[in-house]
Amino acid sequence: MEITILVFGQIKEITGIAAWQISGIKSTEELAAKLVMQFPELALMKYAMAVNKILIQTDTELNENDTVALLPPFSGG
Amino acid sequence: MYSENTNQRYQRQILLKEFGEAAQNKLGQAKVLVIGAGGLGCPALQYLAAAGVGTIGIIDFDTIDLSNLQRQVLYSTHDIGKSKVDTAILKLKALNPEIQVNGFPIRITNQNALELVRNYDLVIDGTDNFPTRYLINDACVLLNKPLVYGAVLRFEGQVGVLNLADPITNIKTNYRDLFPEPPDASSAPSCHEVGVLGVLPGIIGLMQATEAIKIITGIGKPLYNKIVSYNALENTFYDFQISSTQKSRKLIPFDELSFSNFNYEWFCNGSSNAPEISVEEFDALRVSELITIIDVREKGELPTVLEFPCKNLPLGELETFLPTLNTVNKIVLFCKSGSRSVKALKIVKAKFPHSEAFSLAGGIEAWKKYNFKMTS
Repeated sequence: MEITILVFGQIKEITGIAAWQISGIKSTEELAAKLVMQFPELALMKYAMAVNKILIQTDTELNENDTVALLPPFSGG
Repeated sequence: MYSENTNQRYQRQILLKEFGEAAQNKLGQAKVLVIGAGGLGCPALQYLAAAGVGTIGIIDFDTIDLSNLQRQVLYSTHDIGKSKVDTAILKLKALNPEIQVNGFPIRITNQNALELVRNYDLVIDGTDNFPTRYLINDACVLLNKPLVYGAVLRFEGQVGVLNLADPITNIKTNYRDLFPEPPDASSAPSCHEVGVLGVLPGIIGLMQATEAIKIITGIGKPLYNKIVSYNALENTFYDFQISSTQKSRKLIPFDELSFSNFNYEWFCNGSSNAPEISVEEFDALRVSELITIIDVREKGELPTVLEFPCKNLPLGELETFLPTLNTVNKIVLFCKSGSRSVKALKIVKAKFPHSEAFSLAGGIEAWKKYNFKMTS
């Protein structure tokens, strides 16, 4: 099962790439934990998470070909 | 109903069959408040004034700096050192003398925000820091004003329409549905620290002006409950649908008085010098993170607290228990009315000077009173 991850702003600074695919992840919480293992700095980041462009607030099941996007807050104006 | 000049000034947009004189009239009657006359505010102000928004308010306490001119194109090199608000008024009035421009060369705070926002139909957020963004959001929620949000950093920007109900679903969302908790300063740098491409606030600020014009005139479909993220390097857009959350309702001060008591600096930076927190701040903190709550009253003292988990360590015994205290989380100490907990705070701070510990102002009595009022 493959899902696409998109990251924005400061999160992209941490991951180094803006988009990639991973497989074997069943839920958004599992994904968040996996990302922190891979990029420990993410543990300190606040971000909004969207599955297929809809923001989620609780652990959400992931399905084949879902796209998960991580959007950090910006303050600049 | 227009003078010949007026008609000529707006001729190109009145000519649009979806727009016409009706939309132009709506713009003329509209009152828009632009908070922050910087990178986002400048382009928004210029086009809103040019389009004929009848009343424009501008809030900004700052003066013009040479480093602003790369993106704040309303100002000129000879304006350096002058007030942004005063300069913006002169330039906008020169551009369009038919409109009213009100300037507020002040900092927006929890003491003046409601009074300022109340007089306008719509707010454009062009500020550059999180405390002010949360403050503006909450003020707009309390006063039921649509908020056109915009933010930029480096090569990316965000724009969205908050606190405006989608006419089909009737759903209305706000900034706290998107980002319930502010980020740590270290994980969310400012443009001042990491830079911004000059054209980017121009693009986002103009999208904000576009959304404002759509909302006022009723043409098109505003970005209700949506944030669009724009990447200038890739020239790509990605949108996020926001859902209304229970959590955001708990985080927003529930009335005007609690708004004026909510310390936004503290909420966003967590390390303000004030060792006391209000009941509103305490509730926001409990919802947003794991904290250690200590009841320093004597055992069995009333009222009993069952609403949240806390440890009972009476003031007299506090010192004995201190070595076992977990100082990783923030600590909130409370007593009946807030005076013993200030003493307890001094004891904790003496032992752990770097701990983030607070005393609950007004004690558990104030908290019960506040929460009773909320639920009754």
